[in-house]
Amino acid sequence: MKFLQALKEAVSSISSNRTRSFLTILGIVIGVGAVISLMAIGEGAQQTITRQIESIGTNVIYVMGGNMSQDVTNPRPLTLLDVKALENRNRAPNIEAVSPVLNANSSVKYGGESENTNIVGSNTAYQKIMNLEIAEGTFYSDTEVSSGASVAVIGPELAQRLIGRSSNVVGTSLRINGQPFRVIGVTVAKGGSQFNNPDLNVYMPITAMQMRVQRGDSADRVQFIIVQARSSESMSAAISETSAIMRASHRLSPRQPNDFTITKQEDFLSIANSITSVLTIFLSGIAAISLLVGGIGIMNIMLVSVSERTQEIGLRKALGARKADIKLQFLTESAMLSMIGGVLGIGLGWLLSSAVGIIAARAGTQLVPVIGVGSVLLATLFSAAIGIFFGLYPASRAANLEPVEALRHE
Amino acid sequence: MIDALKREPVIRVRNLKKVYRMGDVEVHALRGIDLEVQPGETVAIMGPSGSGKSTLMNMIGCLDSPTSGEYYLDGQLVSDLEDDELAVVRNKKIGFVFQNYNLLPRANAQQNVELPLRYSSDRSSLRERSAAALEKVGLGDRMNHKPKELSGGQQQRVAIARAIVNLPSIILADEPTGNLDSKSGQEIMDLLLNLNARNGTTLVIVTHDPGVAAQTQRIIRLKDGLVQAEEGAL
Repeated sequence: MKFLQALKEAVSSISSNRTRSFLTILGIVIGVGAVISLMAIGEGAQQTITRQIESIGTNVIYVMGGNMSQDVTNPRPLTLLDVKALENRNRAPNIEAVSPVLNANSSVKYGGESENTNIVGSNTAYQKIMNLEIAEGTFYSDTEVSSGASVAVIGPELAQRLIGRSSNVVGTSLRINGQPFRVIGVTVAKGGSQFNNPDLNVYMPITAMQMRVQRGDSADRVQFIIVQARSSESMSAAISETSAIMRASHRLSPRQPNDFTITKQEDFLSIANSITSVLTIFLSGIAAISLLVGGIGIMNIMLVSVSERTQEIGLRKALGARKADIKLQFLTESAMLSMIGGVLGIGLGWLLSSAVGIIAARAGTQLVPVIGVGSVLLATLFSAAIGIFFGLYPASRAANLEPVEALRHE
Repeated sequence: MIDALKREPVIRVRNLKKVYRMGDVEVHALRGIDLEVQPGETVAIMGPSGSGKSTLMNMIGCLDSPTSGEYYLDGQLVSDLEDDELAVVRNKKIGFVFQNYNLLPRANAQQNVELPLRYSSDRSSLRERSAAALEKVGLGDRMNHKPKELSGGQQQRVAIARAIVNLPSIILADEPTGNLDSKSGQEIMDLLLNLNARNGTTLVIVTHDPGVAAQTQRIIRLKDGLVQAEEGAL
């Protein structure tokens, strides 16, 4: 019998029992929907994270203390001396800018309002490297950095929360860690997630931070150093220059391993990508279990259908149907059931992921779920494969019925 | 006359035996049947239940294989064919007519008649051939009706059209009038005999009804898995 005929018969059989067909494929619909939406959300999250990491600035190298891959005895902390050494243009012609960074959580008070937020201490190069735009007032100057002036640039959302407005706040006096600071600028709103929102940051000269916010810590320590290369072509040259200067600055002998770690922006990207990929695969895998359950549901109903249609199978055999004909008929039916479930599941997945995207946007996180052609194709083929796999047993049971027994069946 | 006698019988059965196992008990359904049916003949097979007539019908219809013995259909030894080869023989050589019609409820008359053609190697002009078969049974105007829209007699006519659509060597009818009132039953018998007379298709009827059997040329009576008596001219 031709395949086309098998298709027609499958359509007629499925549509003659709509309620049952729908309930049968529900498992596949939910399974495919879950897989599709999780993959879409995972892909969207990946793109969001990539965008955030890229927004930090381009051609950027991070230098951190310690060495994660090798044992180092007594690693030296990073200090402003290292920054000075890296700023030497003669020794580092491929380095465009260098920024030391201190991060700390501290209380910020205005009037009766108080917020615990992230304080970033750095130099003037930080503004350029991080693409910080100023909406009002100015960023702090080199003079203010060298003098350790008590000035602060704040994010618009922090201004809103503390002062009650996000503009016209320059000149206001805040207390940060109990010390008075004068607001000299407000950054442009960037938007961000719950956990990393630059609109809530306070930026101040690193010197001021060392003296007034992180008192007691050894004076010139920094948490990490950001180095910007002149261009993407000079990245590798900049990395080797940074490494050489840092080794000299830390007085490492040629046999000693680095007591610092150099990381590129791309490394962060690949780490973030691999984390989101693993999460996506893990969650999709869990969702795929429901596909399996859906497949078992199809097998169950196909077995019922075979036993209900035993006499019909006997008749078909009497009229000349071979085993392969009967098998094809039932396999086509289960594959079609499963594929219809797959298509509906893609729709459901699209709905679910759109809903998640809208909810995320409301919560202040930009997350646009991405349903790729690949995942749609995968879902369709996978659901057809499930239909065929779980249809095999009922179909061969039908094909192997003895014609005499089947015809006699009531 | 001599030529006619030398003609190859359409059904030739030699010492056919069938043993079923039901649990630990062996049931000897057929104990050695010898039988010949000539082309164009009309034959009735009768016998009480348990006489083996259903088993014999299944053997003749190639729905089941014998335990031992030989069965030649149209000169071809079919008693030791494989399942799929038997399917081809059933499709080409045998037209089944069942007591309960056995039509597919979702398909209309024409689609039901087309079904054997769809399983055959020659799938050309399905519509024309099925329409012609329905014309022959007088249902040319009911082609698009579903079985439940037809009377019992009409449903059996559709089943007969399905049986003849592939131009088989024999029509094998199992109690064809069993579910019908006597008037419709007689119409079905007339149709079967008429098709036999016009096309020379061999007709084998399995029946309880002496009135039906009397209309055939020969009656074969079975008892306890053996041919007990034969009546009628050869």
